[in-house]
Amino acid sequence: MAPGTLSKFLKGGAIWGFIVLELIFFSVAGEFLSLSDKAFMDFDNMLLLFKQSAPIGIVAIGMTIIMINGNIDLSVGATFALCGIVLLDSMSWPIFAGLGNWVIPVAWALALLTGILLGALNGLIVWKTGVDAFIVTLGSMLGYRGLVFMYNGEQPTSHLNWTLVDFAEAQFFGLHTPTWFLIVVTAALWYLMNRTVHGRNAFAIGDNREAAINAGIRVGPHMMINFMIIGFLAALSAVVFYSESGSVNPNDGQLYELWAITAVVLGGTKLSGGSGSILATFGGVVAIQLLRKGLGHIGAGTETVNLVIGLILIAVLFLDRQLNIKGKEALRV
Amino acid sequence: MTEKPPVLRLENIVKTFPGVRALDGVSFSVLPGEVHALMGENGAGKSTLMKVIGGIYQPNEGRIFVDEKPVVMATPLESKAKGIVFIHQELSLAEELSVAENIYLGELPRKSFGRVDWATLYARTNEILGKLNVGFDARTRVGELSIANQQMVEIARALTQKAKAVIFDEPTASLTDAEKVVLFDVIADLTANGVGVVYISHRMEEIFKMTDRISVLRDGQYRGTLVTAETDQDEITQLMIGRSLDLTRNDRHSELGDVALEVRGLSCGHFYRDVSFEVRRGEVVGFYGLVGAGRTEIAETLFGLREPSAGTILLDGKKVRIHSPADAIAHGISLVPEDRKTQGLVLGMNCRDNMTLPQIDDLTAGPFVAEGAEVAIFDQYRDRLDIRTPSWRQIVGNLSGGNQQKIVIGKWLSMHPTVLIVDEPTRGIDVGSKSEIHNLIRDLAAHGYAVIVISSEMPEVLHVSDRIIAMYHGEMIRTFTSDEVTEDNLIQAISGDARDGAMAAAAQGA
Amino acid sequence: MTDAPGDRPGRTSGPRQEEEATGMSKEQIGRFLARQGILIAFVLFIIGFTLANNRFLAPDNIMGVIRSSAILGVMALGVTFVVISGNLDLSVGSMMSFSAIVVLDLHDAIGPGLAIPAMFAMTLALGAFNGFLVGYLKLNSLIVTLGMLSAIHGLTLTYSGGKNMDIADKEGTWFGVFGQGTILGIPVPILIFALLAAILGTVLAKTPFGRKVYAVGGNGVAATFSGIRRARVVFFCYLMSSLCVATAGLMQASRSLGSQNTVGQGLELEVLAAIILGGASLMGGSGTIFKTVIGVLILGFIQNGLLLVGLQFYVQYVVTWIIIILAVWLDIAAKRGRLLSAIA
Repeated sequence: MAPGTLSKFLKGGAIWGFIVLELIFFSVAGEFLSLSDKAFMDFDNMLLLFKQSAPIGIVAIGMTIIMINGNIDLSVGATFALCGIVLLDSMSWPIFAGLGNWVIPVAWALALLTGILLGALNGLIVWKTGVDAFIVTLGSMLGYRGLVFMYNGEQPTSHLNWTLVDFAEAQFFGLHTPTWFLIVVTAALWYLMNRTVHGRNAFAIGDNREAAINAGIRVGPHMMINFMIIGFLAALSAVVFYSESGSVNPNDGQLYELWAITAVVLGGTKLSGGSGSILATFGGVVAIQLLRKGLGHIGAGTETVNLVIGLILIAVLFLDRQLNIKGKEALRV
Repeated sequence: MTEKPPVLRLENIVKTFPGVRALDGVSFSVLPGEVHALMGENGAGKSTLMKVIGGIYQPNEGRIFVDEKPVVMATPLESKAKGIVFIHQELSLAEELSVAENIYLGELPRKSFGRVDWATLYARTNEILGKLNVGFDARTRVGELSIANQQMVEIARALTQKAKAVIFDEPTASLTDAEKVVLFDVIADLTANGVGVVYISHRMEEIFKMTDRISVLRDGQYRGTLVTAETDQDEITQLMIGRSLDLTRNDRHSELGDVALEVRGLSCGHFYRDVSFEVRRGEVVGFYGLVGAGRTEIAETLFGLREPSAGTILLDGKKVRIHSPADAIAHGISLVPEDRKTQGLVLGMNCRDNMTLPQIDDLTAGPFVAEGAEVAIFDQYRDRLDIRTPSWRQIVGNLSGGNQQKIVIGKWLSMHPTVLIVDEPTRGIDVGSKSEIHNLIRDLAAHGYAVIVISSEMPEVLHVSDRIIAMYHGEMIRTFTSDEVTEDNLIQAISGDARDGAMAAAAQGA
Repeated sequence: MTDAPGDRPGRTSGPRQEEEATGMSKEQIGRFLARQGILIAFVLFIIGFTLANNRFLAPDNIMGVIRSSAILGVMALGVTFVVISGNLDLSVGSMMSFSAIVVLDLHDAIGPGLAIPAMFAMTLALGAFNGFLVGYLKLNSLIVTLGMLSAIHGLTLTYSGGKNMDIADKEGTWFGVFGQGTILGIPVPILIFALLAAILGTVLAKTPFGRKVYAVGGNGVAATFSGIRRARVVFFCYLMSSLCVATAGLMQASRSLGSQNTVGQGLELEVLAAIILGGASLMGGSGTIFKTVIGVLILGFIQNGLLLVGLQFYVQYVVTWIIIILAVWLDIAAKRGRLLSAIA
């Protein structure tokens, strides 16, 4: 049992080690290159980092459970945009005119419900047709985006509610509202996946689907629940983001799925399903945001962020394979 | 024993597929506390029968009784709920989950709000594991266990399910001797508790050691049930194939030519060490040993799939370096691999394309594939090997095992190799095709090929080989000529002096 | 050792596939629908749109559809190789943006005659990198090309400084011929698409390389055991993909003589949609260039038909979604021999 222990340790801790490395690198490099006088590891800067991580982080946490389940969801970006539209638009619906600020929870509920429904639709199709989740969500990525456009054409949908903006920018116990959302989601999903029957069954399905079926686990409902959860989280992400920004562009959320998947893979979750960690995805999200800010801090343009993250993703994949390789014992096929 | 009503009884089961009558009136019963062997050639209907019992297939006719009450097994779950438990040959475990979670897969004890009741789960699991006397704990991750221990997890799972009948499908395929002993103890325990056991195996010695009765299927038909203590191998074989299989020792001697392949001091990691041998043109050299003795790995090294850690390979007296199958093929080495379906064939491709795959670069007219030449090659080997297929357009996945294997052999014969290596040439194919393939191997040697045959079946090795190399734990124990070899000294060589030590080592691992 | 059902004639994988097919005729209907389903749907679509708007089948409209599909189509031809070999290429969208930006920039710097080969070389280098990572290092193609999607996008932004690229002298260049020209009345993009489809279709169907692509995608291990250098085959598939992307980038740049950094964004998934519509399996080993062309044309005609009946362009997204799901579902159901029960 010795082989694998080291690599497991390295993999489990790798994302945190990477974050520490980033902090050191950008702090040191920042001393020489930074345009501003502020230190990189400035406290406010870090608080802001968590806040900015929240929208993509919430989606990435959801993507983790989908991928543990052995599926993938490419439609989260479109779901995000559609829920954002429902959130902002519903606040100006005449029927809610008399509610005053009570329209806020109603709009939130509507947006979250939309997310759950869109997720459920994905899940239902995957369950009932047996079509691969990659194809189903590739289709709904297009379809949901089409709905986004059909809602308001190519015009942005805007509605600013200052109470909402104040809430979204507020700080409780030092942390911003979005940060709290991210933390609560991370904790809740960690508990769900590690301590509940649903979570353990989801692991089993991703690990060995046949065995799960033979053991009487109903694969379809579990997958559908997970799709509903990621739909809910995409909506929550929209709620967190658009409460503050107040305007949805119909192209918003494009490439969201790719960022989320990148964070999940950086965290070490396997594409093939059955293994993965919510906390490591949290680490992956932080690592990406740190990289964005860090590159900005040392004066590299925003355009390099894509380049660096893409290459890091490939490097992580390569290292993961090197750690898992059985050396010369493996057949050369 | 016969007084008690059977726990499981099948009556005149018929299962048809379009164009095939897979099960034709099969009756079969398992008594409480007995081990009942189910035998038959591949394709005789064993798997189909098991799938009917397991609720995967619905029979067209016939009835199933559990404890003499008629039942319908519409799904695998219903079958399980009625107390029918399968120990599959391919393990069905989730490797990333713990032993306990696997044993109670789908039945995790719950607390409120769908939470897992871990305390109960671990307590129950450790209780069962204690009974089985295994060396691992409920929290161990299944992926960290050996294959044998993973099988024990499956058995532990069966024990939790109040099984009435447990069906073992080739359970010893990947077990060491020491692990087999543990398995047989578990089976004895089950039967002592009144569980009926169905034991599917091809291994005669196990059948005679373990079972009380033997039922035989042939071509989807029930051929009869024998009491183990009152029968012998010949009678069973006769029922299985309808005639006695004549697998005598090879006494034909081919004209031996020059040395085609010579291997000196070849080693590869822990797989095998210091292997030296030569194969002449016109000679068949058999490699015999247990699974894991390093035979397949030698073949893989010769075919460029493994990098040797030491030693040299000489072809026609010239030292060669082989880094890939393409190199091996260029040097005139061909390998008919162990696993036809994953290594030998692209199942979704047609017969012709599979057969010409290794030489596709040479079968060209200008930049294009010369399809006429391809068809000609296919026709030639279809006739020579008597491959039964309606046309070359047939998708290989739709052929029978024997015909699939002939496609693989044809593929390599058409390359006109100097050295032909065949690894488990008759695994999983019917008896008729088996003897055809044996004759073919002898025939190839007579035509001047140097042939290496790797097999786990002693009659096969004895039948086709001019010389036999016995291997044990990665070492060559002895080389026999066909004159001096007997079943006894061959068995001694492959288990040999080192056997006791190995048993102890295996027991420690378990 | 097992007598799996595959060991017998007339049966393929899947334990349940035959049980519901009680009669051959039903099964045959199912098979027929599965094989020709997408063509039937295509024909129905065309009939429907023609009834709704008689301009739909007018020659100039058909020409217009093919012309506007040509860029997507050319990309899809290359990705078809990658998909049949059992991999994915999600980087083609951002790679196309890259080639368009690069060729436009170099056009003004070194002239079109040198710019085009230089751009092809750079794009092929990116494809070779993909092929190296997936083929030789055996990394997961989804993640690799996802990473490359991001990396190439970053590369493009770095190259252009984030600005749109335009040719300074739009009147005085022959560069527009690839996107705007006509030969014998046929638009050049259509000719490029048709020519590439014919060449690549022949390569895939008739050459040893094509055969190896199917073998590698169908069963990579067995292909290796047959002496096929799998890594090399995969490598060349990615090279083929980048070659098509470079051509598409050239057509894109030539069409408007200017380009944004994000011109190809999202095309990777539309390309996959077309290939899936054509009936290729993402598992590898199946698909043809002809089917891909059909898939591309279906997408194009849907878009055009919806526009002609007065709907906005984005309605096509929703329609495409529904068609993809239906197409794949029917395909799966038919392979299980359960098509009729699935429809009923």
